[in-house]
Amino acid sequence: MANVRLTIDGQMVTVPSDTSIIEAAKMIDIEIPALCYDPNLEVVSACRLCIVEIEGSKKLQTACSTRVKEGMVVHTHSEKVVEARKDILQLLLDSHPNDCLTCQKAGECLLQKYAYEYGLKFREHDGAMRPQLLDTSSPYILKDNAKCILCGKCVRTCYEVSERQVLYFADRGYGTKIVCDADQTLEESSCVSCNRCVTVCPVGALIDKRVMGKIRAWEGSSKVVNCKVCQYGCEFEVKSNGKENVAVVAKPPANGRPLCLKGRLTTELLYVDKPEDPYRKVDGKFEKTTWAKALSLVDIMEKVEKLDSVNDEIGEK
Amino acid sequence: MITVERLREIKEKQRPILEARLKEKDIATINEDGSIVLKGEYYERQVRIALKNCGIIDPYNIEDYIAVDGYSALADILMNKSRQEIIDDMKASNLRGRGGAGFPTGRKWEEAFKYDADQKYMICNADEGDPGAFMDRSILENDPHAVLEGMAIGGYAVGASKGFIYVRAEYPLAVKTLRVAIEQARELGILGNNIFGTDFSFDIELRLGSGAFVCGEGTALIESIEGKRGMPRTKVFRTAHKGLWQKPTIINNVETYANVPVIFQKGVDWFRSIGTEKSPGTKVFALVGKVENAGLVEVPMGMPLREIVYDIGGGVQDGKKFKAVQTGGPSGGCIPADLIDTPVDFESLDKIGSIMGSGGMVVMDEETCMVDIARFFLDFTVEESCGKCVPCREGTKRMLEILENIVAGKGEEGDIEKLERLSDTISSASLCGLGQTAANPVVTTIKYFRDEYEAHIKEKKCPAGSCQALVQYFITEKCIGCGACARACPVGCISGDKKERHVIDQDRCIKCGACMEACPPKVSAVVRR
Repeated sequence: MANVRLTIDGQMVTVPSDTSIIEAAKMIDIEIPALCYDPNLEVVSACRLCIVEIEGSKKLQTACSTRVKEGMVVHTHSEKVVEARKDILQLLLDSHPNDCLTCQKAGECLLQKYAYEYGLKFREHDGAMRPQLLDTSSPYILKDNAKCILCGKCVRTCYEVSERQVLYFADRGYGTKIVCDADQTLEESSCVSCNRCVTVCPVGALIDKRVMGKIRAWEGSSKVVNCKVCQYGCEFEVKSNGKENVAVVAKPPANGRPLCLKGRLTTELLYVDKPEDPYRKVDGKFEKTTWAKALSLVDIMEKVEKLDSVNDEIGEK
Repeated sequence: MITVERLREIKEKQRPILEARLKEKDIATINEDGSIVLKGEYYERQVRIALKNCGIIDPYNIEDYIAVDGYSALADILMNKSRQEIIDDMKASNLRGRGGAGFPTGRKWEEAFKYDADQKYMICNADEGDPGAFMDRSILENDPHAVLEGMAIGGYAVGASKGFIYVRAEYPLAVKTLRVAIEQARELGILGNNIFGTDFSFDIELRLGSGAFVCGEGTALIESIEGKRGMPRTKVFRTAHKGLWQKPTIINNVETYANVPVIFQKGVDWFRSIGTEKSPGTKVFALVGKVENAGLVEVPMGMPLREIVYDIGGGVQDGKKFKAVQTGGPSGGCIPADLIDTPVDFESLDKIGSIMGSGGMVVMDEETCMVDIARFFLDFTVEESCGKCVPCREGTKRMLEILENIVAGKGEEGDIEKLERLSDTISSASLCGLGQTAANPVVTTIKYFRDEYEAHIKEKKCPAGSCQALVQYFITEKCIGCGACARACPVGCISGDKKERHVIDQDRCIKCGACMEACPPKVSAVVRR
C-alpha cells in the first residue's frame, strides 16, 4: 500500500493511502469527535459529528468515510466545522432526557463528553422528545430508547455474529427506534444477553444492569481480565470499590472475540465478591437459576462429585 | 431467436395496423418523416422524446413499439457498434440524468465500463415519489419498452448482463405493464441470452418498493434491492464501482433510459440541437397546481418558465394572479413571479436556489401561503426521512415545529433566523441528497417571500388568507339577513334577526368557511381576512 502525505490542522502526516481521515488524525493525536464510528464496525457516517473541512471541497466531509489523498489539507476544528458540530450536538441534546445525575453512563457517556467540550446544555422546549420506552424485561440489560441517539453501533455489532442479529432499526424519521427482532422485549426476543451492544453504546441507552447502582465510572478501580471459558479469551473489566469487587463488565468485542453470557457469568463468579443470582432464558422467559445450571455445569459437577467421592473412598482406605 | 430481418418484418407488418388504428381514432398526425404526434394545441407546442410514444402505441403489444422503430437502436448497436463507441456517443450527447441531479449519463456509464468486474448491474430507478409528480409513471404505463431498450443499451455498453427495475408498488398499472413488456421481450428474444445472435445476454427483473420516499436515493435503493432497510449508504465508494452487492452498478431514472434509444436512432447531433448547450434535450414536467391545463408537458430545456405556465399551461386558474412556481418537489424551491422568465435548465434553476428535480412543477396563485407551502414540504420530508443521520432526522423535525408554530400564529421573533441556521446545518451536514436538499423549500421561500414570514410572526396575519389559525370570517353590511350562513354554521356561532345583519362570534368560530360558501353569491357578505 502506497503512502500519502496530507496536512491535518497544519500538521503534516504520512499514512497508507487506504486510511480514513479520522484514523490519520488519531495518529497525530488529533481527536475528531464521533458517536457512530467504531474502527471494528462498518462505517455508516450517521452521526455526522466527524465532519471536517477539506480545502477544495465545497461540502463538509465525514472524516470516518473519507479516505486520505496526497496533498489533502484538512481542518478538523475550523469555525464552520465547530458551528455545525454544535448544532448537531444540540439537536441530539434537544431529544435527550436530562438525566445525567443518575444515569449509569455518566462519566463515560460520549454525548456528555462532547457537550462538555463544545459548551452545550440541555434546554427547555415545547417540541417533541423521544417517547419513554424503557425495556426492563432482562435481568442483564436495560434498554432505554429515550436516551438512544440512533448511532446504530448496537445494530452493527449484533449483526456481526450471524446467529444473533437481534437488533435492528424500525420505523422512520424522528420515530426511528432500535428494536429486538419484530419489536419484542429483550426477554421475548432471541437476545442471548452477550452484551456486545452494551459495550459499544456511546450513551445510556443500553446499560449493564448488574453494574447499576453499584459503582460509577469514576469511582474505585478496575482491572482487565481475560475470560477462561473458551479460547477467544474475551476481555472483561473487574470493577472494585476499594473494599471488594462489585461487578464485571464486558469490554468491546475486538479481534473476532464474540462475547457471551456464559463467559461473563463465569468471570463474575470468579471475581465478584457477592455476585447476584444468575438468570437464564427458558422459552422466552427469564428464570432465576443456580450457578451450576447457568454455567451448564450440572452434569459435570455430579460426575466430579461422584469421582471425587470414589477417590476420597480410595484415599480413606 | 430475434434477428434484424425478423425485427423489420414485424415492423412492416405492424406499422400499417398502428397507422390505421390512429386514423380511426383520429388522435394523432403522422408526419412525412414517420414521426407521430398527438393532435391538439397542448401537444403540438411540446417536443416529445421521452413521451413520444405515450398515448400512441399499445403498451401491451411489443409489436406496436417495434412499429415505431422500437429496438432498432439496440439491434444497430449490437451489430455495428463497440462498447467504447456507445460510451463516446453518450458522452457526446451530454444526456444528463433526469432523476434530479443531472449527472451526465455518459460519464456515469464510463465509470462502470472501465471498472473491471465479473458482474455488473443496470438499475432503473422507478421509485418516483415527489408529491404531484407522475412523469415516470406515464412512461412506464405507456411506453415500457423504451425503458427496457435503454437499459439493454446501457447494459451492453458497461458490460452488465442483469438489470433491475425498482418500481414503487403504489404504481400497480406500471408494474403490470412492465411485467407484460418484460415477458414479451423475453419471448421475442430481445431479453435473454445471445440477443440478436450476438454474445450479449441481458435480462431484467422487477423489484417493488414499499412506499419509502428515500428509496429513490440511489444507495438506499440498492440497500432495498439487497433486502435491507432502505437507508442511504455513506459514499466510501462510487456505486459505479461498488454498488449492488458490491458490484459496479449504474442507476438511471426512467426518463433518462427512455431518452437513450431515441438518441441512438436519431443521432447525437439531432439530440444536441434540442435544448441548451449544457442541458441538451427535453425535460418532462408534471405541471400541476393552480394552472388551467394541468398535465404532463415535455419541452426543450431552456424554455422560459413563463412559456410553460402560460403558453402550454394556459395560465393561472380562474384568472387569479400568479404568485410562484415550485419545482423539484421536496428538494426544490419556490420561484417567485419576478423570476418567471428564468429558462428551465439545470444551471438556471440551480442559480436561483431551486432545482430541476425529477420534474414536479406546482403553480401557485395569490391565495397560496408560502409559509404553509414550506411547512407542507417539510412535513413530507420529516415523514420520509429514513432516520439514519442526525441533521435530517432531528433537524427537519425542529424546523417543522417552528413552521407549524408560525402558521398557527405562535411564531416568535427570531424564528426566521433559527430556520436559516438549521437549514444551513442540515444542508451542509446531512448524509444523503434528501437531507442536503430538505431545507430548500424553506430557504427559497424565506429568500423570496420573507415579508410573508414576517407578517405571520409579527402581525399574526396570513397575507394569502390561507392559514386557518390566522384568518377571521366577518359578515359585512352587505348582509341581507337571510340566515343561510347561520343555518350552515356547524357550531352555531352566527346570530342575527331576520333581515338584519348577522354576526359571527369570533371566539367560537372554527373557521371552516361554511358561512362564506352558504352566503348567496349575489350578496357575498361574508369575507375572510
